[in-house]
Amino acid sequence: MAFEGLANKLQETLKKLRGSGKLNEKDVKEAMREVKMALLEADVNFKVVKDFVSRVTERAVGHEVMESLTPGQQVIKIVNDELTQLMGSTQSKIIFSPKPPTIIMMTGLQGAGKTTTCGKLALNLKKQGKKPLLVACDIYRPAAIKQLHVVAGQVEADVFSLGDKTKPVDICKAAIEHASKSGNDVLIIDTAGRLHINEELMDELLEIKNNIRPTEIMLVVDSMTGQDAVNVAESFNQKLGLDGIILTKLDGDTRGGAALSIKAVTGKPIKYAGMGEKMSDLEPFHPDRMASRILGM
Amino acid sequence: NSFKTIDEDLFDELEEILITSDVGVETTMKLLDGIRKKVKEEKVNDPKAVIELLKQEVLKLMSENAQLLSAEYPQIIVVIGVNGVGKTTSVGKIANRYKKAGKKVLIAAADTFRAAAIEQLEVWSNRVGVDIIKHQEGADPAAIIYDAISAAKSRKTDVIICDTAGRLHNKKNLMEELKKIFRIIDREYPEAHREVYLVLDATTGQNAIVQAKVFKEAADITGIVLTKLDGTAKGGIVIAIKSELNIPVRLVGVGEKIDDLQDFDPVDFANALFSE
Ligand SMILES: Nc1nc2c(ncn2[C@@H]2O[C@H](COP(=O)(O)OP(=O)(O)OP(=O)(O)O)[C@@H](O)[C@H]2O)c(=O)[nH]1
Ligand SMILES: Nc1nc2c(ncn2[C@@H]2O[C@H](COP(=O)(O)OP(=O)(O)OP(=O)(O)O)[C@@H](O)[C@H]2O)c(=O)[nH]1
Ligand SMILES: [K+]
Ligand SMILES: [Mg+2]
Ligand SMILES: [Mg+2]
Repeated sequence: MAFEGLANKLQETLKKLRGSGKLNEKDVKEAMREVKMALLEADVNFKVVKDFVSRVTERAVGHEVMESLTPGQQVIKIVNDELTQLMGSTQSKIIFSPKPPTIIMMTGLQGAGKTTTCGKLALNLKKQGKKPLLVACDIYRPAAIKQLHVVAGQVEADVFSLGDKTKPVDICKAAIEHASKSGNDVLIIDTAGRLHINEELMDELLEIKNNIRPTEIMLVVDSMTGQDAVNVAESFNQKLGLDGIILTKLDGDTRGGAALSIKAVTGKPIKYAGMGEKMSDLEPFHPDRMASRILGM
Repeated sequence: NSFKTIDEDLFDELEEILITSDVGVETTMKLLDGIRKKVKEEKVNDPKAVIELLKQEVLKLMSENAQLLSAEYPQIIVVIGVNGVGKTTSVGKIANRYKKAGKKVLIAAADTFRAAAIEQLEVWSNRVGVDIIKHQEGADPAAIIYDAISAAKSRKTDVIICDTAGRLHNKKNLMEELKKIFRIIDREYPEAHREVYLVLDATTGQNAIVQAKVFKEAADITGIVLTKLDGTAKGGIVIAIKSELNIPVRLVGVGEKIDDLQDFDPVDFANALFSE
């Protein structure tokens, strides 16, 4: 990877410069160019990078750094601090409704990993003593309902489906009724993948939201997403008011800068990370680890 | 673009256009350095002409060894890529193209891993009206390819299109599994024209370069299918991939329906990059 060891590179740059006297504003600018490149290579959004770099620069040209004996390390620390702060520094959990059932709705672009994550989340919640019900609201994708059944079977969770001829909002209403009878205290709604610019399908989600008031509306995002991640996240957030983000496919070797961009534009916490195709491959999200990953440190 | 002079602001804007289209830092710098040189050499002084130069540069690169769908038969097409990019959907759409052209088509369900992958491909085989070769979930993908080839030979099939499981390129065992599929084709169907399409999701960022590099080591990729171009992502990463690895884009996916597949058009692509 192009920016493996940004820390080393920065140290190097700054050490060299420091040898020739004091660290000045120009030296910091040079170092920030490296940071900017690294962030862009990691798929952090262009505008987010610009803001970030100007904020870090402001801090880095401050007194403590310029006068420090180890300006390289200081700058790296500032970059890391700021990045961690942007990512959110504490781990966020699923919020349960005080009045069951808790309703979690999965939304996102096509192929992001929604259906798989429904199964993973069900397993996770079962381990916490919950009795989840998976609700099949993807009435469009070929074999989507079957896929949800298979996934549910793998984790031994219940499924509610009315086939692919009923409107998703009506499926949800019926599912809630079903849950109250069968004692399911959490509903996990699988929705069809859709583009953020598809008005009709975005309205479908809004209709569900307005009718059943989900406890948690999650945006499931492929961690390999590039610059467009901000457009997608902003649209979903504006339309639905997201409660959290789930990042998927972090078992790959992507830097995952989209995570930072999404956090920056929506302010919503990333709650879980998908780490593989197996049902047990779901982990709580650690913002600090993500910061290091994005920088390749 | 309301620029009156050619200055750094103009180049900053061009940089922003390229970066926000996922072209990547390296390729963006390479392209812009080339344009800077040209502007000097050709004494360009109209800012509009600079954008036009850049567009032409992209167009030239993306037109090189551009190819249409192959019309050589018998043919076997293997569709590969990471998870969720649109492989199975593309298999269905490509099958439809050949079917419409009057060819006898067979699709092979070699994704035996993902939940309901076989059922999903079955829906596509019914939609298109072509035969499907499938085994049970968990079966050896190479065995399905073997069966598909045997069936194609006895049924005088023109084109086999093989769906494969989504796999992240950093999973060594899954990449080995892919190589095994190609060994079967080498051995059982050397007479067939072979195409290997790497499917890339247009929303993917810089990781797509690594995907292309690593898949290229496991397979002789002949082209890229760039999917989900109906969204707002520009898919600029294929410029970097063409520039670095010389893999051309063959087809683009523009929706979820059977006809939402187009031949890659470099002119449309370059125009879309600089629109708005
Ligand atoms: N490696 C890896 N693969 C994943 C992960 N999460 C999901 N996948 C895979 O990504 C692909 C798409 O997952 P789905 O769950 O079908 O995605 P979806 O968002 O429901 O897709 P649509 O319903 O078509 O919009 C499948 O091959 C999954 O196995 C993950 O964390 N890691
Ligand atoms: N908008 C849009 N959606 C697409 C396009 N191509 C595929 N999709 C959707 O993307 C999702 C994933 O497509 P699949 O064909 O299942 O992807 P795959 O690569 O086979 O996925 P795995 O087998 O799980 O790795 C589905 O919801 C498709 O309908 C496209 O060109 N545009
Ligand atoms: K994707
Ligand atoms: Mg799904
Ligand atoms: Mg598939």
